[in-house]
Amino acid sequence: MANSTEESALSTSAVGAEIEDERRAEAVRGEPPFTVNPPSGDAFGAALKDAIISALIALALAGPMVGLRTETAIGGLSLTQNWMPVAAIVAVVFFGRLFLTLFVWGRSSGIRSVAATSFRLLPSGTQLSNWKVPGLIGAIAFTIVMPFLPFADRYWMDQAIVILTYCMLGWGLNVVVGLAGLLDLGYVAFYAVGAYSFALLATNFDLGFWVCLPMAGILAAGWGLILGFPVLRLRGDYLAIVTLAFGEIIRVVIINWYDFTNGPDGISGIPRPTLFGIPFDRSDEGFAAIFGLEYSSIQRIIFLYYIILVLALITNFVTLRLRRLPVGRAWEALREDEIACRSLGINTTNTKLTAFATGAMFGGFAGSFFATRQGFISPESFTAIESFIILAVVVLGGLGSQLGIVIAVIFLNTAFEVLRELQEYRMLIVGLAMVLIMVWRPRGLISTRHPSITLKGKAKAVRAELVGEGSG
Amino acid sequence: MTALLSVNGVKTYYGKIVALRGVDVEINEGEIVTLIGANGAGKSTLMMTICGSPRASEGSIVFGGKDITNLPTHDIMRMSISQSPEGRRIFPRMTVLENLQMGAAAIGFDHFDADIDRVFGLFPILKKRQGQRGGTLSGGEQQMLAIARALMSRPKLLLLDEPSLGLAPLIVRQIFDVLRDLNQKEGLTVFLVEQNAYHALRLAHRGYVMVNGEITMTGAGRELLKREEVRAAYLEGGAH
Repeated sequence: MANSTEESALSTSAVGAEIEDERRAEAVRGEPPFTVNPPSGDAFGAALKDAIISALIALALAGPMVGLRTETAIGGLSLTQNWMPVAAIVAVVFFGRLFLTLFVWGRSSGIRSVAATSFRLLPSGTQLSNWKVPGLIGAIAFTIVMPFLPFADRYWMDQAIVILTYCMLGWGLNVVVGLAGLLDLGYVAFYAVGAYSFALLATNFDLGFWVCLPMAGILAAGWGLILGFPVLRLRGDYLAIVTLAFGEIIRVVIINWYDFTNGPDGISGIPRPTLFGIPFDRSDEGFAAIFGLEYSSIQRIIFLYYIILVLALITNFVTLRLRRLPVGRAWEALREDEIACRSLGINTTNTKLTAFATGAMFGGFAGSFFATRQGFISPESFTAIESFIILAVVVLGGLGSQLGIVIAVIFLNTAFEVLRELQEYRMLIVGLAMVLIMVWRPRGLISTRHPSITLKGKAKAVRAELVGEGSG
Repeated sequence: MTALLSVNGVKTYYGKIVALRGVDVEINEGEIVTLIGANGAGKSTLMMTICGSPRASEGSIVFGGKDITNLPTHDIMRMSISQSPEGRRIFPRMTVLENLQMGAAAIGFDHFDADIDRVFGLFPILKKRQGQRGGTLSGGEQQMLAIARALMSRPKLLLLDEPSLGLAPLIVRQIFDVLRDLNQKEGLTVFLVEQNAYHALRLAHRGYVMVNGEITMTGAGRELLKREEVRAAYLEGGAH
C-alpha cells in the first residue's frame, strides 16, 4: 500500500531521463551558474612566504650595512663583524611582517576575506560566553599585578612561572593534538630543542636571550617539520608510537653527543635575560642601580614572570586567531575527517606540517625560556614523563580548549605541590585524581567547542555538551 | 560534444586485488549519469579513483580536456569537481555553517554569502540547523549537508557516492528532486553512484551497470530500467 503511493508520488515528479531534449538544451545553454574561480592560495603559507622574503631582503640590506663595519686600525682599515644586531633586525622583520600580514593587513588584503562578508568571525573573547568576559579581563589584570601583591613571595612567583610555562606548553601542544587531532607523545623533544638551541647559541656565540628566542623557535619549528614528514601517513596509535620514539631519540642524542651538547653533564652558565641590555644583578649597570632600587633577587624572578606571561599570552592569542583563519579551520577539519578534507580540496600534507611546525615553535619558545630561567640544562629535564604531563594537561583540560588547559595546569601543579610530602605516593594520588576526573568529565574539564563563525546577530555560541558524540 | 569527464580503460588495484578491470565512462556536460551495481562491484572505487585516491594504475582520466590521472587529490578537487563521499563524512563536531565554510575552502570566500544563501535555498532545513553540530543532525540532514558542502565550491561536476544510503524514501526523493532541479535549471553535471537502482535510473539521463570491476551495460536511464537483466539483478525481480 505504502509502496504504491510512493510510486505515484514519484511518477508525478520524476522526470529524469524523460526530460524533453529542448528543456535540456535550455538548461545547458548559457553560462553555468557556477563559474570557476581560481583557488585562493593557503593564506598562512602565503603570509609565511611573504615574511621569509621580507626577512631575506632585510638580511641583504642589514648584512653589509650593519653586520660589517670598517674601523680604523693600525696600517689602514679593518673589517669587524657585528652579526648580532643583524639577526635581531631580520627576526623583527620576519615576525613583524608575519604578524602584520596575518592580523592587521589581512583585513583588507583578502586573507581574512570572510570578515568582509555578512558572516563575522567571533572575536577571541568569545572563547568564553559573554558573561565570562569580565572574568577573563579580571584574570589577566590579576596576573599582571600579581607580583606586587603582598603574598607574592619567591615561592609563589616560582609556582606562577611553572604554571605559565606549562600553560604555554599545553597551548602549543593543543595546536597539534587538540586542533589538528595528531596525537603527539614526544612534544618534549621540541621543548628540548628550544632549550638546547638557546643554550648552545648563547654559550658558543655569546648571544643574548632576545636574539636567541626567535632562532630557537625557528629551529624547533624546523624539527617539527622533520618529525612531520615521515609521519604524514600515520594516524592514531601508530603516530603516537613514532612521536614517542622521536622524543626519546632527541633525548638520547643529547646525552650521547658529548662534544656538541656536553652530554649528561648539561650546559651551565646560560645567560639570564636582560631588559634592553640591563642585567638584573648587583653591578652598577644593573637594574636595581639604574632605577635606584635596592637590589633584590626577586626583581629578576618578577622579570622572568612577565616574560613567560607575555610569551604564554602570545601563544594563546596566536592560537585563537589561527583557529579562525583558513589554516586553523583546516586543522580542525583534519581532526574531524581526513578523507572529507581531501575531498574538499584541502592539502592535508601542508595542513599537518603547519600544525607540527606551529606547535613545535611554541614548544621551542617555552624551551628557551626554561633554559634562561634555570641557567643550567641537562637531558634529565626532557624525559618522556614531561611529554606525558603536557599531554595530560591537554586531555584533562578538554581537547582544543584553551581555558581548560589553564585549569588543568593549575590543578596538576597544586596537586604536585600539596602532595610533595608524600613522595612516591604522589604520582599514585595524582593519577587516581586524573582517573576520577576523566570518569566525571570524559571529554575533559571544558569540553565545549565554540564555533569560529556565526551569522550576524546570532553571536550566542551553541552550547555543545555533545561534542564528538553524535556522529551518525 | 566532448565529454566533461572521460575515464579511459582505467584499472585500479588494491595491492594485488583488481578492483577495476579497464573501465570506460564518459560524462557529458549537463548530464546526470548514474553508475549502479552490487556491493563490491567497484562503484565507489571508480569514484575514488577519479579523485586520485587510490590512483589508477592504467588508463587515463580526463576532466575538461586536462589529464588528471596523476594529480594529487587536493588539486583535483580544486578543479571544479566536487565530491560528496560515501557515508557523507561531514565534520561531526563542527557546526553546519562551519561545514559549509570548509566546502568553500577550495575556492576562497569571495562568493561565500551568495553561495550560502543558494544552498540554504536548496535545503531550507540546513538554514534552521546552521548553528547545530554536524554530528547531531539526522541522517537525511547530514546527507543534505554533505551535498550542500560539495556545492559550496561551485563545481561543474558533482560526484555523489550513494546519497540514498540509509535514508527514508521521502528524503531520498527530496534529495533527488534537488539534484534534478540543479541539473535542469543550472546545468550542473552529476555523476551518481547508487545502490538504489530504481530511483537512480529514473533520475539519470544515462546509466552504467558495473559488475566485478567492469562496465557490463550502458544506455539511457529509462531504457536500462526496462531491461529484464537489470530488473532481475537490481530491482528485486521487478518488484517496483
